[in-house]
Amino acid sequence: MSGATYLIAVIAVMTAATFLTRVTPFVLLRNMADHPLLLFLGRYTPPAIMTILVLYSLREINLTTAPFGAPELIASLITVTLHLWLRHALLSIFTGTAFYMFVVQTGFFL
Amino acid sequence: MRATLPVMFGYVPLGMAFGILFQGLGYPWYFATLMGLFVFAGAAQFMAIGLLTAQAGLLEVAVSTLALNSRHIFFGLSVLGRYRCRGLKKAYLIFGLTDETYSLITSTEPRGDQNEQDYYLTITALNQSYWVVGCTLGAVTGSLADFNTAGMDFALTALFLVLLIEQWAKIRELFPFVIAILSGMLAIALLREQMLLIAIATAIVVLVLQWRMSGARA
Repeated sequence: MSGATYLIAVIAVMTAATFLTRVTPFVLLRNMADHPLLLFLGRYTPPAIMTILVLYSLREINLTTAPFGAPELIASLITVTLHLWLRHALLSIFTGTAFYMFVVQTGFFL
Repeated sequence: MRATLPVMFGYVPLGMAFGILFQGLGYPWYFATLMGLFVFAGAAQFMAIGLLTAQAGLLEVAVSTLALNSRHIFFGLSVLGRYRCRGLKKAYLIFGLTDETYSLITSTEPRGDQNEQDYYLTITALNQSYWVVGCTLGAVTGSLADFNTAGMDFALTALFLVLLIEQWAKIRELFPFVIAILSGMLAIALLREQMLLIAIATAIVVLVLQWRMSGARA
């Protein structure tokens, strides 16, 4: 296969595989949306997944060497505190992110 | 759509990072755009860089992509009842069900009298447009020289934190959070590389068991 043909084949395969993982439950369970178990999962899976996504995005933090995860932990703390206080999602996210970018780009904690 | 702005701040720099790596492989820039348009999966596209470099076989590409994205099965499982529209609209919603899109549609509500299916469609389309723009920009410019985006992807961490608080405000029951923390720690201890899949699968299994035990009463 030439370079472009190979690349197009790879893109096609990845497109199909990704869509397959997303569409499977909709096909297999298409008439069961109102099943009590699925309603239960519809309510309690999002909080569980959100918790896991937070853990996932903070998993690379190194607590054993300087700066001991300080940039991530402080930026997270700022985000959470602001959000609990004002409940303004954009403000919480932008402030936390701006702080993190400043710290990372200036090497503040290094 | 203000709800999707944090995703923009995460997707554009991440997409650019992908575009820059992709451009390093020597393919024309528009293939990066195509991948953003058709594959639309962050982690899988980064994995593709390695697979393309190694000239991996198509079967290997298929298996790796399925393994990496199999967590999405659980996303669909819990939004079955939300996606009530039909045809192409529904197909697009399912196609675009990324981690971030899932997070937004399950944790935020449409404003005012907006139809919720339209709300889901707008979120999905905007999120994908940020991703496609990022992929393209990265592949075209090939460097981040103009603006230092280092650390900008923390916006996604911050988004998940905020949506976690919103979920707590909505649910006010501890067990899904506790189950998730334990599943997450177990997954990190067992197999760091596949943390997301193991943690989500474990949490769902425990939730199903929980339902079975409480379901006897209901």
